[in-house]
Amino acid sequence: MTKYIKIIKRSILDCRTISQLSFCLLLLCTGCGDSLWNNPYPNQDSAKNIHYDSFSERPKHLDPVSSYSSNEYVFLGQIYEPPLQYHFLKRPYELIPLTAAVLPKPRFFDKDGQLLKEGSNLEDIYRVKYKISIKPDILYQPHPAFAKSESGKYLYHDLNTKKLSNINALSDFNMVGTRKLLAKDYVYQIKRMAHPRTHSPISGLMAKYILGLNEFAEKLSKIEKDNPGLSFIDLNDYELPGVRVIDDTTFEIILSQKYPQFLYWLSMSFFAPMPWEADYFYSQEGMTDKNITLDWYPVGTGPFMLSENNPNLRMVLERNPNFRGEMFPTEGERGDRESGLLDDAGKKMPFIDKAIYSLEKESIPAWNKFLQGYYDTSGIVSDSFDQAVQFDLQGDAELTSEMQAKGIRLLTAVTTSTSYVGFNMEDEVIGGDTKRARLLRRAISIAVDYEEYISIFANGRGKPAQGPIPPGIFGNVQGIRGINPYVYNWNKDKSVRYSIEYARELLAEAGYPGGRDKKNGKQLVLNLDSPAAGPGSKASFDWMRKQFGKLGINLIIRATDYNRFQEKMRKGTAQIFQWGWNADYPDPENFFFLLYGPNAKVDHNGENAANYKNPEFDELFNQMKSMSNNPERQDVIDKMVEIVRRDAPWIWGFHPVGFSLHHQWYKNAKPNLMANNKLKYKRIKPKIRKEKRAFWNQPIWWPITLLVFLSIILLLPALFSYRRKEAESIL
Amino acid sequence: MISYILRRIAYAFPILIGVNIITFVLFFVVNTPDDMARMQLGVKRVSDATITNWKEERGYDKPILWNKNAESIKKITDTIFFQNSVKLFVFDFGRSDSGRDIGHDISQRMWPSLAITVPSLILGLLSYISFGLILAFFRGTYVDVSGVILCVIMMSISGLFYIIGGQYLIGKFLHLVPISGYDTGLHAVKFTILPIFIGLIGGIGVSTRWYRTIFLEEMGKDYVRTAKAKGLSETRVLYQHVLMNGLIPILTGVVVILPSLFMGSLIVESFFAIPGLGSYTIDAISRQDFAIVRSMVFLGSVLYIIGLILTDISYTLVDPRVGLN
Repeated sequence: MTKYIKIIKRSILDCRTISQLSFCLLLLCTGCGDSLWNNPYPNQDSAKNIHYDSFSERPKHLDPVSSYSSNEYVFLGQIYEPPLQYHFLKRPYELIPLTAAVLPKPRFFDKDGQLLKEGSNLEDIYRVKYKISIKPDILYQPHPAFAKSESGKYLYHDLNTKKLSNINALSDFNMVGTRKLLAKDYVYQIKRMAHPRTHSPISGLMAKYILGLNEFAEKLSKIEKDNPGLSFIDLNDYELPGVRVIDDTTFEIILSQKYPQFLYWLSMSFFAPMPWEADYFYSQEGMTDKNITLDWYPVGTGPFMLSENNPNLRMVLERNPNFRGEMFPTEGERGDRESGLLDDAGKKMPFIDKAIYSLEKESIPAWNKFLQGYYDTSGIVSDSFDQAVQFDLQGDAELTSEMQAKGIRLLTAVTTSTSYVGFNMEDEVIGGDTKRARLLRRAISIAVDYEEYISIFANGRGKPAQGPIPPGIFGNVQGIRGINPYVYNWNKDKSVRYSIEYARELLAEAGYPGGRDKKNGKQLVLNLDSPAAGPGSKASFDWMRKQFGKLGINLIIRATDYNRFQEKMRKGTAQIFQWGWNADYPDPENFFFLLYGPNAKVDHNGENAANYKNPEFDELFNQMKSMSNNPERQDVIDKMVEIVRRDAPWIWGFHPVGFSLHHQWYKNAKPNLMANNKLKYKRIKPKIRKEKRAFWNQPIWWPITLLVFLSIILLLPALFSYRRKEAESIL
Repeated sequence: MISYILRRIAYAFPILIGVNIITFVLFFVVNTPDDMARMQLGVKRVSDATITNWKEERGYDKPILWNKNAESIKKITDTIFFQNSVKLFVFDFGRSDSGRDIGHDISQRMWPSLAITVPSLILGLLSYISFGLILAFFRGTYVDVSGVILCVIMMSISGLFYIIGGQYLIGKFLHLVPISGYDTGLHAVKFTILPIFIGLIGGIGVSTRWYRTIFLEEMGKDYVRTAKAKGLSETRVLYQHVLMNGLIPILTGVVVILPSLFMGSLIVESFFAIPGLGSYTIDAISRQDFAIVRSMVFLGSVLYIIGLILTDISYTLVDPRVGLN
């Protein structure tokens, strides 16, 4: 018996040794010699000051003049520096200088070029000028475009296909250089907006405001057409009336009309500086064939530079050695000091040396790697929501005990975006300004219970909207004054949706008692167009049908792909539709313009998808958009909100609440939905991370050993049978 | 043989033209050039002028298949189809709609695909043939019966389950390998272990049953009976005779997929974040990048045709009775 036990014991040990040995061999081959075999990074990096994160979609553009997507800003925001930025801690969001010496103030001029006083009539304003002075001694990141020989000649400005034969990436250029940031680089970038090849998404918008931008674009298009094959246009050679270089550190932007929101645009990468050397460098013969383009290799002055751009695998940002240094804010909002967000006040940024973003197309592996400590932060997808978050009796979100045990922290913030259901105001049944249509829309707005929707489909991560402006944006009013009186009542310190009976009364008043048309007795049939196709959307469509069904209305869902959906919206053939908007900047104008008549989608291909037109609203919009944030502006906004609530061109839907998680070693985390350059504020405690990773990721061997042992036990009889068979004699 | 190969290559041209036309028609039925432009430029604030400009720059402002406003031959040549297709036949894939050189991208991304598909194929063949032989050897015993039942169970389970289950069990629970990711050079090895292993497990059910059937069929043939009658051991009969003869259908089945190994695996690459050609194709479809989609479809067709030609050739090599004439 003892003999057998010994044999079994030895077998187990052997199995374990063999399996461990094979894995060791494999992993040693890869240079991964320590115990953390599931570490996706080199083990020698474990204690380094590196931030690890993931991204799910490769950025389409890294040229700041073309990029207009949040997944691109994650990288661009750290590399390029527009003149302004948002304060990291203060709320409401506040613009502060980044490369600008001070926050520029608009100066208004009349037709005769006379300076007008602030608050002058809109009609008197002929030109608006923003004079921007930039801080001195800001340097660009090291880049071959700036590399010069001892004689001062650019080393890489006479390249061709032959010279590029051994070059496959930007890092293959041996020499790099730098130079000071100049005011003319900002002017160059503004001119690039008009370049036909950059396809800047905001060129149309900016052409309305920046003096002569439209004509400048036409001029560049003509040059392109007249010179086919021209690879580079030196924009310094062409004058744009709307921009002017005053000296090396000062430039001026001239607008053709008052546009206070322009300052917000100055914090976006569209207005980041572009050195002509880089533009020229990338335009040389053979560079595009090697995929060495400005759209792939950014050149900036920011705290980080893109040292590896392999969006199919990872993107790596490294500290820019030429970065001037910037101090962590010394002020924040109430509670920031207590929560440790001002611990680094006044210290020189950035705090981390490197940031590695790995591609994770699927959410499950990304989530599991976050739990293993291989990502510092994570969002929460619905699959893992219950594992991460629970709601207490008051309905507040808190982490589950599993997450708390790991020391994970939760941050929540109402996003500056809105998800709504729009009514096509050009539709004969649901649209128009008649009392009948308005009552119908109001009845539907009450019936569609967004509190229930948020609970079922968004795991409680949403705030029912009372109007177009999300919380956190000037103009949003909370409490009893802020509720939509056409949909909600105020009861015991909270908003309560009107009853479905009241909605039915409104529907009857509209001429559809019980959901049937009083004129012909037929059931009211409405169509909802949605870009959310696929099996995952079926439940929400069923829910939406049920909401309309409460009123006796038959809702037909026309789910389609996003292309067809957009086409329907452009043609105005949709009746009811689901859509959303994410703020460009924290100003009510950026939401009200979605309902501004001259922006109607069908007539003007604008962003007003509901094709809502109300002259009174439009007039107030024009008044509001050029006002400063003050009580007078709030009054105008209140009037506008009242008009759209009354007319109900949208079911106001909800404002999503963003949930994000981070590990205990990730410091200075505060949601800021406007800033794109947040990486420089972050701090990592690599020592804690290394310890936790080691604790959480020790290899577990016993199941493998058990499996091998069981397999041997199961195969033993077969083995004996084989031996017996082989030994058997035929005769 | 050379004349046969040349004839097959000549036959391939009409097939490739047909594939190209079908790809064009299907793609443009779903996506208009305007849709493609909006997808590339984004949906916020993009003006009509920018869209027109984007289309002009890439030649998408032309008619798709037939230019009725053009003169003579230009009715065909001055179209999106012609201008984009002709270059494909000399393997000039041109630029993606986002502006990158497709040939360069393919040359970079085929290596991660091969890093998964080649070991999967080799290890898979070795394992499945071994399992097939074991089951055939123990035919009729509890090993065979339980093996077949296990195979049927395994082939009934979705491939996605193996991937997610494997990542959970081996990567998350046992902490033996990274859950997903990739790296360059030798560092890539630790990232390939799990996808290769899961690919191996996922294919056991189907392949083992198929190989078992092949071997059992061989074992019923006269030459096996003769070999046994001459006193050869069961092992020798199995490994020296049955295996060698059974390899003919296996080999021809494998040769046809050899060129396709370059194309990678769509799902595996997506779940394991492997930057291969499978994920390249999927990304292009989701981004409506027609230039990449048509290039990958064309490349896939070419590789498949090469695979078929190689299969025909391999028949002549492994079976002397077959000739290409």
